[in-house]
Amino acid sequence: MIASIASGLAASLPYDGFAWLVRRWSDSLRWVGEVFGIEMLQYTFMHHAFLVGLLIAVMAPLIGTFLVHRQLALIGDALAHTAFAGVAIGLFINSMFGTGLSPYVTAVIVAMIAALAIEMISTVTDAYNDVSMAIVLSTGFALGAVLISLNTGGLAVGINQYLFGNLSTVSRENVVILIVLFLIVSLLVTVTYKQLLYVTFDETAARVAGINVPWYNRLLSMLTAMVVVGAMQIMGVILVAAMLVVPVAGAAQFARGFKTSLLASVVLAQLSVLVGITLSYQYETTAGGTIVLVAVGIYIGAVLFGKRQPDAAADAASTETTT
Amino acid sequence: MSDHTPDTGGQSDRLVSVEDVSFSYTAREVLTDISIAVDRGEYVGIVGPNGSGKSTLLRLLLGLHEPDDGWIELFGHPAGDFIDREKVGYVAQDVTENTKRMPITVKEVVLMGRFAHVGFGRITSADRERASEALATVGISHLADRKITHLSGGQRQRAYIARALASEAELLVLDEPTVGVDAESVDAFFELLADLNDDGMTILLVEHDIGAVITHASRVICLNRELYFDGDPASFAASDALDRAFGTNVRREDEVVPS
Repeated sequence: MIASIASGLAASLPYDGFAWLVRRWSDSLRWVGEVFGIEMLQYTFMHHAFLVGLLIAVMAPLIGTFLVHRQLALIGDALAHTAFAGVAIGLFINSMFGTGLSPYVTAVIVAMIAALAIEMISTVTDAYNDVSMAIVLSTGFALGAVLISLNTGGLAVGINQYLFGNLSTVSRENVVILIVLFLIVSLLVTVTYKQLLYVTFDETAARVAGINVPWYNRLLSMLTAMVVVGAMQIMGVILVAAMLVVPVAGAAQFARGFKTSLLASVVLAQLSVLVGITLSYQYETTAGGTIVLVAVGIYIGAVLFGKRQPDAAADAASTETTT
Repeated sequence: MSDHTPDTGGQSDRLVSVEDVSFSYTAREVLTDISIAVDRGEYVGIVGPNGSGKSTLLRLLLGLHEPDDGWIELFGHPAGDFIDREKVGYVAQDVTENTKRMPITVKEVVLMGRFAHVGFGRITSADRERASEALATVGISHLADRKITHLSGGQRQRAYIARALASEAELLVLDEPTVGVDAESVDAFFELLADLNDDGMTILLVEHDIGAVITHASRVICLNRELYFDGDPASFAASDALDRAFGTNVRREDEVVPS
């Protein structure tokens, strides 16, 4: 629903405003490219790729920080695979009925339904969260695979860019949709930050404090679905979950506070995207894979840096002196 | 057993009122016809064997479960509809939090106590001031910027009490807070609770250490699915309620030992 609202917004008046912003962004990067002699910055698709990448690198760790510390790191994977089914459904409907439906709309809808299904399976069957995530992940991928096999040819070719991501296919309209998604996600997280933090840290105490825990769990799942679909085009469904988890895991290695870890994970994600996209252009490698490998490299660096911090030892020593 | 005077209005000194409450998770009843009341300023310790329904009783009065039968009021309002949640502070067993590796500072945890007051608004400097005062009260101001997982069990429980103080709680509910806390810290922890009670905090403590409850609490409630004792610690120590509650889980006692 939110994706359709986003598409609707993109198609109406604000679209021109956002499109104007995107063009100015392009102009600025082109100017930077000319001044510093950076070849890749003369291409509009690279401007779009960088903008989309940077927006994803804010949204993904923002949501991922809450997911990781709720031990829901795999939910991104599960939703990405169901988003793949959503894309397949969209392409299938298009090929059957000749509609011009954007596969992103069906991807967001299916991912959101899957987010609710994960919670429902856990509740109804009394299963662990990772069991329901595994079931939804497999179902999503299986459904996508079956739909593609039903209509081989054009569909299989079309699906490739969603599986592996593609820098060069990020259109201005896609960028505008992502800006709208970014605004929605950032606004919702800013407004509900305290509640999400309380629920993440201690669900029971949050309930005692009067916070509607199931409601915030659902909100977090919905936001995850939006981020996953937003990031899908550039990262590819298989790698999209990495942006939710890897920078967050890296930040947790050295940050003491929650807010610090959130900001640090955004910085690590931005680094991964900037370096990843640049390397991907230089060496003509797939963008999603390159970004993730860079993120993992940064994560390893963070682990080594975290181990060298005196923090833990100092804290342990101080515990001896007080209660 | 405590008498159950009817609530006379919003400013009643009866903070908790549990009337004829029964509850079961499955077919088997965990609690049968429990009636207790806690008034402002009391320090009530709840004891009973494992599986006696102590923690379930706390969860019921915190509104985390609905009773099958009976009636529960918090501050004169039905527990299910109770909205002034900041008035109730909750401290659980440390082990539930201990497993988490979340990066979060002590200060951030204590500030959570202000969330119910702030809602969707911004945390102000007055809120931070209140959190600092709460940390000072429990004696861990120097640990404010530490990662909470780097604290000892006793320190961490103090942080959770500080969170309750920051929320301006009037009733502190603790569910076996000293599990996993070393013996020396346990004594200091109970001293802190006694100090808070002296300053007017109403305390409802579920505790496995019966000696500590007899020493520190002003009233003892002994449970094993049903109420075995409700009265002052000296009478409890002198009674056979403990033997009956712990000795037999199946025998039904129709009469509660008078306090």
